[in-house]
Amino acid sequence: MSLEVTGLEVAYGRTRAVRGLTLRVEPGEIVTVLGANGAGKTSLLRALQGAVKPAGGQIVYNGHDLTGQGAAARVRAGIALVPEGRQIFVSMTVHENLLMGGYLRGDDKLNRDVEAIYDRFPNLASRRDMRASVLSGGEQQMLAVGRALVARPSLVMLDEPSLGLSPLFVERLFGLIREINAEGLSILLVEQNTHMALETATRGYVLELGQVTREGPAERLAADASMAEAYLGGGADPAPAPA
Amino acid sequence: MSGYWTGIVTILAINVVFAYGIYLAVATGQLNLGGAGFQALGAYAAAWLCFELDWSPAWTIAAGTVVAGVIGMGIAIPILRLKGVYLVLGTFAFAEVVAGLILNSETLGGAMGLPVPAYIEWQVPVAAAVACALLVFYLMATRFGLAVRSVHDDDVVADLMGVNVRGVRVAAFALGAALAGLSGGLYAHAFSYVEIQGFNASLSIYVLLYVLLGGAQTAWGPLVGAAFFTLLPEAMRSFLPAAKEAIWTAFGVTGDISPPDESWRFVVLGAAVIAMMVFRPEGLVTRDTFAFPRRRSPAAAPTREAAE
Repeated sequence: MSLEVTGLEVAYGRTRAVRGLTLRVEPGEIVTVLGANGAGKTSLLRALQGAVKPAGGQIVYNGHDLTGQGAAARVRAGIALVPEGRQIFVSMTVHENLLMGGYLRGDDKLNRDVEAIYDRFPNLASRRDMRASVLSGGEQQMLAVGRALVARPSLVMLDEPSLGLSPLFVERLFGLIREINAEGLSILLVEQNTHMALETATRGYVLELGQVTREGPAERLAADASMAEAYLGGGADPAPAPA
Repeated sequence: MSGYWTGIVTILAINVVFAYGIYLAVATGQLNLGGAGFQALGAYAAAWLCFELDWSPAWTIAAGTVVAGVIGMGIAIPILRLKGVYLVLGTFAFAEVVAGLILNSETLGGAMGLPVPAYIEWQVPVAAAVACALLVFYLMATRFGLAVRSVHDDDVVADLMGVNVRGVRVAAFALGAALAGLSGGLYAHAFSYVEIQGFNASLSIYVLLYVLLGGAQTAWGPLVGAAFFTLLPEAMRSFLPAAKEAIWTAFGVTGDISPPDESWRFVVLGAAVIAMMVFRPEGLVTRDTFAFPRRRSPAAAPTREAAE
């Protein structure tokens, strides 16, 4: 049940956003991918989810070669994505959003799994027939996570899930990530919130200019002095924004 | 029913079928401004088969539906690569090409049009309209309907969920084209004559207006929109002279008051369109129209529990 990415290349025209990236997610792991804006995190996820065709390299999940295949193949193989900015279907109801997570499932247990999501998120249960646009930002993120879980994935990828959430909801979100991980799901977490990500993850990768510059157990990355300087704001203050 | 009312009901039923055809494309987030082209295909296919080959209306109308549907699918595959305003222009150009080809075709009567010898009573379009409404309501309640709405909302995320976005768009567009063709076949037989000048750009615009102003969020929209815009100008026929008379009388004018000019009906229609765009941009019928009674029940439930 492992995700293996080897020598991945993503290019937009002549711009190479990801250069020879190699990454692994073992079963039951929480792996985080860190990096500044423009480091290639989003391009990596776009390639992993099948939104862009990689220019080179290989993406293998559970022995299935997914390179060059579309998003549907990823969902079938057991990979679900919680996209950046929550991206729920705003004009559909909460319930319909959850059903969309199981769009490719042909089995009759779909309804039972949707009910299980309501048990997990009682806030969603009380709003099941409301349009998803009326949910708060935190509830929308829960809905996006719930929608991913309805697909019954073995690996959940989250793209900047804490973006724009209140500190309270960020805490709940990371608690939720640990919870679903404890239930046996592997997690690939792309985050700006380096502190929370490294606290939650087992291993991490640091991306710079489309390449992995550092990797290892989360504690070691967190302890790394230069890491702290670059991403935790522990070093010099960031340059002030121009007025 | 009087001849006047059968005429109104027939055109209303045809407009409803036509509007459902455009609705299916709009429901996936694509504005089809080529409605008249698909309706013309269905109408001319039916007219020609009836006039030249003497087919019965059941077969000509079915053939018109299939012709428009197949051409719709053929055109959808390249045209749905376009996005936004380019897609609108692409569908518009398609309708112009159809009109141009028919206008220059001797077989299809050119500018003279074609007579349609077989006549259908008003019950046929009405039955077709009911069947179309039921079909679209059913479709929107299925997994296909869920996919259609997800594509409308956010095609990128719909793709992530495993929806075949292109497939859904092409299918909805082609099925819509078939329904527009069906409305054309009904038109040909109900009015016994087709001429290409009738299938013009303003017809394409009107049918798109039925859908957008009726409301594209639910399958009620095209029904309400088509009914509103077909019946409003008719209602104006008696309302406007009465209104003019009332106003004139109020200002002390007595004697014989001539009815207002016919074109006032369309002034009112235009004003109604603008008013709806301002006050009800999502259309007359929205999802919330139906969500409202349901929305209360979950909120009411805890209160009841607390009381017990």
